[in-house]
Amino acid sequence: MKEEEKGLSTIVKVVTRWIVGFILLFGIYIVIFGHLTPGGGFPGGVIIAGVFVLLTLSFGREVPLRKLNSTLASELDSFGALVFLLVGILGLYLATYFAQNFITTFPQQYFRPFSAGVIPICNLAIGLKVGASIFMVFIILAVTRVISVGEGRMKMLRKRTGRRRRK
Amino acid sequence: MEILVLLILMIIGAFIATETRDLLSSVISVGAVGFLLCLAFLYLKAPDIAITQMVVEVLALIILIRATLHRDLTFVKGMRAKLGLGFSLFAVVVVTVLSIPFFQDLPKFGHPLLSEGRSVANFYLQEGLRKTGAANITTSVLLDFRMYDTLGEATILFTSILGALAILRRPSHKKVKEKDKEEALK
Amino acid sequence: MEFILCFFLLMVGLYAVVTKRNLVKIIIGLAIMEYAINLFLILIGYRKDGIAPIMTSTMDRVEFLRKAVDPLPQALVITSIVIGFGILALAVSIAIRIYERFGTFDINEIKKLKG
Repeated sequence: MKEEEKGLSTIVKVVTRWIVGFILLFGIYIVIFGHLTPGGGFPGGVIIAGVFVLLTLSFGREVPLRKLNSTLASELDSFGALVFLLVGILGLYLATYFAQNFITTFPQQYFRPFSAGVIPICNLAIGLKVGASIFMVFIILAVTRVISVGEGRMKMLRKRTGRRRRK
Repeated sequence: MEILVLLILMIIGAFIATETRDLLSSVISVGAVGFLLCLAFLYLKAPDIAITQMVVEVLALIILIRATLHRDLTFVKGMRAKLGLGFSLFAVVVVTVLSIPFFQDLPKFGHPLLSEGRSVANFYLQEGLRKTGAANITTSVLLDFRMYDTLGEATILFTSILGALAILRRPSHKKVKEKDKEEALK
Repeated sequence: MEFILCFFLLMVGLYAVVTKRNLVKIIIGLAIMEYAINLFLILIGYRKDGIAPIMTSTMDRVEFLRKAVDPLPQALVITSIVIGFGILALAVSIAIRIYERFGTFDINEIKKLKG
């Protein structure tokens, strides 16, 4: 019952419940088809982070944190960066130089989802990384601070600054 | 032509954002400038960037509004001292005047460098599909030809987010409180 | 003409950074400068009556090579935008810290309150 009272009004909550799945699907589509259509890891990751930001704004802080707590988010962030680095190093070992595309693509595979060698893998890794890190910074920056800043401390500070200004 | 109209609208929006007294309307004007920029990217045939700009703009607006809205000091009072303002304006004007000669060296608008002979961008357009197999040439530049750059930029993003987390961490907040108590006792 | 207007946008951002006293206004000026620089890079790569550098299976290769806009600045700007977001988050977090410490966004007040 208490949970229902947090966040914005019922209209916003219901509409959010309807469209959140579609936004997440669109983000995943943008990431996976990044090498064929406009898009890629960076915008897709930000859209996936936007889903959680929307949940945070409409339902309050607890609902998205239950699905993806900040430890898991930082782990996903590091995992994405490590996969990206690993693909580069694998290029060094399986082929000749760092970050080489070691999976060859044949002409009959062009314009298919499974083509372009390591590029879809890198897109997925970057999507994970960008999404997780932007979600993390949003949670820390916009939600935690505003709640935890004590009102009394603010007043005290204001008094102090006022006194000094009078001097 | 559309680009000129969009640019003039963007300059007007930027002026409003810098000159208005209410911080909230200033933030919203910056959002308008960002969305106009997104439209300009779409006219300049850069759909990847248009998507990215739009989504990032929404998140940046949310962060700026949440950062400014709950503070009680939303109105800006006064300007800097007259002398300092004069010096600042003088600096801006000097930078503008000194930059004018460089406009002659730029390529003409609509005729980029890649249309003249063998440039690296021409190579990417010609060999991008054959060498990487990705139909989106921008992605193939981003993640295959220039993966070093992308790795560096991922590192920068990681570092800046880490810096934000380190600044806003809770324990340092407690330390500040203790320091304040000590000051109050004095 | 487009380049000059774009430069003017950059100067508006610089003006906001050097003359304004409020920290949020300074962050906004930084954001405007970043927009101007991104737009400048894309303007340099634009080709008249160009098409986006994305191939489709029915497209003629020679036609594509003759008409497509420059993909290199696009690839640079797409990461630059996300990094700009990271910089904005860092700047806003520093501003919030300063507000908690001094109770004001005004940089002149902060100078007076030092210590």
